[in-house]
Amino acid sequence: MASAATIEKPNRRDFLYLATGSVAAAGVAAIAWPLIDQMNPDASTLAMASIEVDLGAIPEGQIVTVKWRGGPVFIRHRTKNEIEEAQNVNLSELRDPQADAQRVKKPEWLIVVGVCTHLGCVPLGHEGKYEGRFCPCHGSMYDTSGRIRQGPAPLNLAVPEYTFLSDTKVKIG
Amino acid sequence: MSGPSTYVPKSAIGRWFEARLPLMGLVHSSFIAYPVPRNLNYMWTFGAILSFMLVAQILTGVVMAMHYIPSANEAFDSITNDIMRNVNYGWLIRYMHTNGGSLFFLAAYIHMFRGLYYGSFKPPREVLWILGVIIYFLMMATAFMGYVLPWGSMSLAGATVITNLVSAIPLVGTGLAHWLWGGYAVGGPTLTRFYSLHYLLPFVIAAFVALHVWALHVTGQNNPDGVEVQNVDRDTVAFTPYATLKDVLGLSVFLILYAWLIFYIPNYLLDADNSIKANPLVTPSHVVPEWYLLPFYAILRAIPNKLMGVIALFAAIVVLALVPWLDRSPVKSAKYRPAYRFFFWVFVVICVVLGWLGSQVPTEGLTLIARICTVGYFGFFLVVMPLLSFMEKTKPIPASIADAVLPKKQASAQIQA
Repeated sequence: MASAATIEKPNRRDFLYLATGSVAAAGVAAIAWPLIDQMNPDASTLAMASIEVDLGAIPEGQIVTVKWRGGPVFIRHRTKNEIEEAQNVNLSELRDPQADAQRVKKPEWLIVVGVCTHLGCVPLGHEGKYEGRFCPCHGSMYDTSGRIRQGPAPLNLAVPEYTFLSDTKVKIG
Repeated sequence: MSGPSTYVPKSAIGRWFEARLPLMGLVHSSFIAYPVPRNLNYMWTFGAILSFMLVAQILTGVVMAMHYIPSANEAFDSITNDIMRNVNYGWLIRYMHTNGGSLFFLAAYIHMFRGLYYGSFKPPREVLWILGVIIYFLMMATAFMGYVLPWGSMSLAGATVITNLVSAIPLVGTGLAHWLWGGYAVGGPTLTRFYSLHYLLPFVIAAFVALHVWALHVTGQNNPDGVEVQNVDRDTVAFTPYATLKDVLGLSVFLILYAWLIFYIPNYLLDADNSIKANPLVTPSHVVPEWYLLPFYAILRAIPNKLMGVIALFAAIVVLALVPWLDRSPVKSAKYRPAYRFFFWVFVVICVVLGWLGSQVPTEGLTLIARICTVGYFGFFLVVMPLLSFMEKTKPIPASIADAVLPKKQASAQIQA
């Protein structure tokens, strides 16, 4: 009996069911999207301007934290030793292999987003085995180039977009 | 367990109403005439205690929402200054709410371990058990979002760590995190939406509690001997007064603990770092969640890979829902399962040790212990439970609840009577 019903050709009623169902599905999707998308970063957040930082005031060896897009960016004036240390690392030892030259525009200035790539804590400066950064949350350690060396974080600290406006002025974003 | 209600209201108005909406009949059959196994112990009072705590949390929460301001600039002051100092009895209501959350979890954990010990998840109570796991998950989500609302430094760190869990998902993770935050980091928009959801979820929990109680009243309660009710007259007593008064005593003792926390050590379970206003440029030197989430936090930290850590964290909760199919032993109660009883207590110790590890600064030695305990946690569910299902030599179970608790003569006398 069931097979007799299934071999019947689709009729007008079937077409109307499908058409009505499709319109209803499109309507639900059209209403659902605004309800979902409203949670994305809003226009004022997206419009947040880039920032300019004066580097002249940062002595060698010091790290300065500036706020960009609601979170920290670390600007580190690296010493000769720290630069050498960062450049002489064997890349095959790294979890996320990147040469120091790929991560800086001028070797003495390391500019990275100060958010641990594990779960987003702010790592502490001049701490940990590699003299870079140590994350107090779950023990990730970064080196003087902001590369992940130990702990659960999967990636190096992100390098934001930036340009040097002059020798002592940098624009982030 | 409950047949059609035989309840007939005494007053004419009552009968008029009952013919139109049999509400009193439902209450009567569910909470007065409802038959409960006669051998229930005090572990069975935690359902009532949990119901009380849910109502208490909603009540104190609704009241605090009248004074709290959900904005990144004002939230911290509206709690530490306005609610704690200026609002009449604000300090009391807030301490009831913060400590109430902790005691809600304490009661939930006792309730869950009770279920594991006495096999309350076994057929025919699988759906009842899964509804409980859903409630537990909703409780964790609600508590987590509530912890963010004071906007202290630990609120911000906790929100950052937990919302970053989604960033472990390949490809869409980062976009999903930005969607959750409403920005590029946890900030004002995150706080406002958490406030909205923290107000909503308790009512979702209440709805699931209603389903949980409904499912319970379909199958009837399990009991310490784990044998089903065979004869309602012999094996059960009426909910009121027997279970009602037992619940009232259990609740009263529990409330003494609650009151002691509120009035003597109200800040004991809070983190000192949360008395510092949130600053997105600084993370507290030692980030820890509230005590009731510590074991899961320890599991997350024990795994060296980010994605796998997050998967293990969620698997630790999901595995609870699978317990009815992992443990296939026909004997319910651990009272008659010596091997299961042993491993159950090992599991309890593992959970406590994981909790302690979650509160410590991770060192290599502690991480190793955390890894061993994580293996133990999953081993209990995925290895011990299935193996014991057929390898264990169980003790003989009593023929009925009455046989288990009544002296031999009295039990047989009841049969004759």
